[in-house]
Amino acid sequence: MNKTKKITFILVSTLLLLTAILAGCTQKTTTPTDTNTTSTLAGTITESGSTTVQPLAEQLGEAFSTVYPQVKVVIQGGGTAVGIKAATDGTVDIGAASRDLTDAEKPGLVTTVIARDGIAIIVNPAQSVANLTKQQVIDIFSGTITNWKEVGGADKKITVVSREEGSGTRTAFQDLILGKTAQIAATAILQPSNGAIRTTVAGDPSAIAYLSCGYVDTSVKVVNLDGVAGTEANVKNGTYKYVRPLLFITKGQPSGLVKSFLDFCLSDAGQNIVSIDYIPVK
Amino acid sequence: MKISHYITDRAAKTTVLICAASSILILVAIIIFIVLQGLPTFQKVSVFNFIFGMEWRPTNGQFGILPMIVGSIAVTFGALLLAIPLGIACAILLADVAPHRVRQILRPAVELLVGIPSVVYGLVGLVLLVPAVRQLGGNGFSILTASLVLMAMVLPTIISISDDALRAVPRAYKEGALALGATRWQTISRVLLPSARSGIVASIVLGMGRAVGETMAMIMVIGNSIAFPKSPLDPARTLTGNIAVEINYASGTHENALFATGIILLLFIIILNSITITVLKKGIHKYAEHLS
Repeated sequence: MNKTKKITFILVSTLLLLTAILAGCTQKTTTPTDTNTTSTLAGTITESGSTTVQPLAEQLGEAFSTVYPQVKVVIQGGGTAVGIKAATDGTVDIGAASRDLTDAEKPGLVTTVIARDGIAIIVNPAQSVANLTKQQVIDIFSGTITNWKEVGGADKKITVVSREEGSGTRTAFQDLILGKTAQIAATAILQPSNGAIRTTVAGDPSAIAYLSCGYVDTSVKVVNLDGVAGTEANVKNGTYKYVRPLLFITKGQPSGLVKSFLDFCLSDAGQNIVSIDYIPVK
Repeated sequence: MKISHYITDRAAKTTVLICAASSILILVAIIIFIVLQGLPTFQKVSVFNFIFGMEWRPTNGQFGILPMIVGSIAVTFGALLLAIPLGIACAILLADVAPHRVRQILRPAVELLVGIPSVVYGLVGLVLLVPAVRQLGGNGFSILTASLVLMAMVLPTIISISDDALRAVPRAYKEGALALGATRWQTISRVLLPSARSGIVASIVLGMGRAVGETMAMIMVIGNSIAFPKSPLDPARTLTGNIAVEINYASGTHENALFATGIILLLFIIILNSITITVLKKGIHKYAEHLS
């Protein structure tokens, strides 16, 4: 009898546990967006999207939470397409994109340019080549030039490293530098994030890649493109032309807490944060 | 008394049934979801052109995944080719050859290997193996590098299951062989290994499952290039890698095509498993005939 009771107890408790888990799954975690903007702000703002925008969004979110301790800004990556989809579906308050929206994506969405970002051409620090023309970059990435000696370097095969199709950085690189007809060679090594691109180029002496200026550090070397290096300084003073917008996307006009956050991003305090690694819009 | 027994019996039976049914339900739900998401692809591209197409340029409307099918097959078989001899040798050592003390250290060590997250294997491969393979030619991101990393990942599966199978062989078989004057190696190769055959094949099947499904470590070391691989030193892309690398940024037909890649991956695994199971059954029958 004792054993029977034990088994029944285990069965019942298992069932209860299962029900609890299932209930937990279906329960929607709603984010309370406070509409009361007059006094202190409180609530949660959710953001997801482009990995290029992610570090910037994290810094902006942190700064905003310092000013308004009651506000929590939750930042996730995912990619530009995820950001656009999430904003359209309303699953996040703000989506992030590292390229302009296409006409098909635009309906119902409002975009706010929060920063601008250059796309630098980077190589391994051991690389002797320091200057490339735009045409040479096009030929290298499309596979017409395959050896560094063709552009004045050592007799070594070029390793082209690129982002995957659909990436905001890749789309911007295609639009700004490659143009409509040239295509990135099929033999290119593809890495799925800005960080992975940098690591790959830092580890391969004959690699070349394009990278968001905000991600450039000392582990890689920036090559001059038509005589101008894609550094933050050159992007800021306007001499480097290969620049794209970084966007925050909202479904409809932003309001309440979200609007306060976007206003903060565009304020002097927000743009000061932007200017650390990117180019302010004002 | 009897009624309460009857009730607990029924309750236990129903609970087990519900649990078993739910696991099948999850499988069915996943298949339905993937198929529904993937099917729209085939309005844009024919099934034939999808599977046998050589060009994958989703933003240009080209959806050919043959290079990735070949990539997956090459990496999986490359890894198994390296892991099977190593794994079985190690299992023989653990089960029969090594002294007790060595066994006590080796067994937990092998089991620990299973617990290492795949991203750690990938990281080690990226930092150590990629530059090493670069010395052989190419840029280091290659099918060979991926096979080596994958070999390390499937080894523990093959070793521990083969070890169990070898140890399950009745002691009398071994004693009989030795008593008949067989050498130690003859005992292992003619008695132990054939008797443990089904377990060893099962370990290979499970290892293969892990190899085909492995994604994270592969993305880090294989280069994810969309070109058709021509040599083991060429970069390639696996089916799982194709989905993982591009899903973050995909939308529209591109996204559907990634789900369609998932359909192909499912079929791929079903075909692989049925081939191995058929081979396995044949092996057992042959062995049974051999005994009688």
